[in-house]
Amino acid sequence: MLTVGVDIGSLTTKAVVLEDSKVIAHELVLTGESSREAAARAVQGATSVAGVDIGDVARFVSTGAGKSETPYEGDQATEVLSAVRGALFYYPSARTVIDMGAESVRVARCGANGRVVDFGTNDKCASGTGTFLDTIAKALELTAEDIGPLSLQAKEDILITATCAVFAESEVVGLIAQGKDKASILNGITRSIASRVYGLANRVGINKDVIFIGGGAENIGLRKSLESLIKQELLVPPDPQLTGAVGAAVIAQEKSKAQ
Amino acid sequence: MITAGVDIGSLTGKALILEDNNIVAWSLIPTNPDSSVTVQRAMDAALEKAHMSLDDLDYVVSTGYGRLVVPFAQRNVTEISCHAKGAHWFFPEVRTILDMGGQDCKAIRCDDTGKVTNFAMNDKCAAGAGRSMEVMADLLQVPLDDLGELSLQIVDAMVPISNTCVVFAKSEALSHLRRGKHRSDILAGVCEALATRVHSLMQRVGIESEFVISGGIAKNIGIVKRLTDKTGLTPRISFEPQVVGALGAALFAQESLRREQQA
Repeated sequence: MLTVGVDIGSLTTKAVVLEDSKVIAHELVLTGESSREAAARAVQGATSVAGVDIGDVARFVSTGAGKSETPYEGDQATEVLSAVRGALFYYPSARTVIDMGAESVRVARCGANGRVVDFGTNDKCASGTGTFLDTIAKALELTAEDIGPLSLQAKEDILITATCAVFAESEVVGLIAQGKDKASILNGITRSIASRVYGLANRVGINKDVIFIGGGAENIGLRKSLESLIKQELLVPPDPQLTGAVGAAVIAQEKSKAQ
Repeated sequence: MITAGVDIGSLTGKALILEDNNIVAWSLIPTNPDSSVTVQRAMDAALEKAHMSLDDLDYVVSTGYGRLVVPFAQRNVTEISCHAKGAHWFFPEVRTILDMGGQDCKAIRCDDTGKVTNFAMNDKCAAGAGRSMEVMADLLQVPLDDLGELSLQIVDAMVPISNTCVVFAKSEALSHLRRGKHRSDILAGVCEALATRVHSLMQRVGIESEFVISGGIAKNIGIVKRLTDKTGLTPRISFEPQVVGALGAALFAQESLRREQQA
């Protein structure tokens, strides 16, 4: 059976093609101004990589902030459910899923049956999200790829006191002016974000195994900081940015089978 | 009796020299990343205007978030007490003060002597602070001083901003701009959001006439006008709302000095 999951996030849109129990292709594009166009491009890209005809897709399921705006007929799934299903696809032992996206951070706890028991999100505030880190990376003139590894080379412990991303940016500018090294500043920022995510995870409850997904999971510094707070290893699936889309494709399969 | 108040905020540093009941001179400068430089420059600028030297000052009180790094201050007082005291000097009937600076916002209630009776404060989130105006001015390429006025010149209709977080609101404003919305209509939404947030902070302490606005935000007519509508009160604003805290500090310096002289 062929299904497609589309995750339309605030920053990037992801599509994956799932054939039975195998992800056979994916595509990641910038969301930009139109969610609908981004979804069309991502699906087009993924299906052409897979070499399948869009007409052969049994079902589409969309998720993410822009999930209601898709060019294809299909169902919608919540971000939380997609994250959990995606995590379980890679790790059947998953009981807690931490999903860090550009504008949202989500923690969900699930049972062995895959049912969501509890979840929490950041809701209104950029603190603890990917955007927070991007803002700081820009202030430090670094790219998103550099910041994880660099944050591990800190020379000293710097405590970032601001919660708000806007205030943290000013704080970072002050630290640069004091001549602090970028690695130590990044390390401080990373730990501050990790502690926000940890706070959220604690509210939801943390059960083993903990899976870390979303763009944030690609940041090694963040992963290590979170691991030291949670005192557990975090499992990261391949291409963690795609996990939500994979979950949506899994849900599409479940729905088709149920019919 | 010559005293001075030094108010070191997150974005600006202020110093004010008071001789008995007269403001002799004041300064207002942007902060330097090094607070001690800000302190020195603010004080020097005020002293120069007053044609005085540090030795002429009988007593100095510091306030603001950098109040602990003023080496020549004999005492420091919280900015909340200083704003109430300074506002009371300008407007003796004041009972409610809104002080909004770069990184925080305070709603303060005081009694008929200018003593603080209650306050509520936001210093955690930029959405309720002056910094949000700077971020938007920068994004929309509008001088900060013109932002308030522009926000009142609505062309089609106010564009409501639904995000609380300044980081998210910034992307929201940008997408409105790309869709061809007028800058002033977006600014109207931005100012409305800030005024609403500030008003709810004020409601937490209760709003009683007279109502004084101090801090940089008092220079933003877009916020002042909207707060006038929301509170139903005409806010009183001193000739230089950003030095109200420094004035309060200089007044505390007078009190301290008197006490020392009596002792």
